[in-house]
Amino acid sequence: MATEGRLRIKTLVMVCMMVVCANAGDLMLKRAMLQIGAVELSASGLAHAFRMTVTSGTLWVGIFFLCGFMLSYMTVLSWANYSYVMPAGAFGYALLTFFAVVFLHEAVSPRRWVGVVLICVGVLLVGQTKPRTTAVTREALA
Amino acid sequence: MHVTLFLSLLIFGSTGGEIAITRGMKATGEPERLRPKEMLQFLGRALCNGWFWAGVPLMALSFYALLVLLSWEPISFVIPASALSYVVGTLGAKYILGEDVSAARWAGVVLVCVGVALVALG
Repeated sequence: MATEGRLRIKTLVMVCMMVVCANAGDLMLKRAMLQIGAVELSASGLAHAFRMTVTSGTLWVGIFFLCGFMLSYMTVLSWANYSYVMPAGAFGYALLTFFAVVFLHEAVSPRRWVGVVLICVGVLLVGQTKPRTTAVTREALA
Repeated sequence: MHVTLFLSLLIFGSTGGEIAITRGMKATGEPERLRPKEMLQFLGRALCNGWFWAGVPLMALSFYALLVLLSWEPISFVIPASALSYVVGTLGAKYILGEDVSAARWAGVVLVCVGVALVALG
């Protein structure tokens, strides 16, 4: 029972890390691309955009967060079910909407709020199921 | 016709890629501790796994399909339609990975799928 509780806690912590890193990474990429400006689809425009992106500190911070997302995603999948992690990760959509309202003072339509409520209820339902329903493989034990 | 084809590539590419990576990570085994040394060893083992590398091109294919779809169709169609991947992914988890998907988990997945579609429609 204690093992199952520990498994649930570490899975939820890792899913939270996934969601935070993915959202922070996306926001940083968006901020970096706003600083760089619209990319022109010509050889010189693409070369200029490439130079600007590789020298953009904000973009590298975004990439750092996206690496953090990939690592936490791989780590949680090493013990938890894919059918548990995948819907739980959708909590990021709800979190982004809250951030948009609280920090950016964006107006959110009733339809989007209904979507946020459905995601939260869905994630709560999935969160109550067992994070792992399969046995640890022999290959992993070797 | 082309939209249906690329939407299928998006959904099945991302789901197939994630299922392959899940299989790779299960074969890798979980890290002993979440500390830098153990995490580096874990990452090294994962990068030597064939399933992991089978998943990467599938995910790249789905990303390319997403970019192509976004150039043809409005985002308010593409993202809600791609939310179907939650259902396809759960079917894959059940029948390919052998996970036990309870009624509560199915209900949660369907709610998340509809919720994501509504959020994307704005």
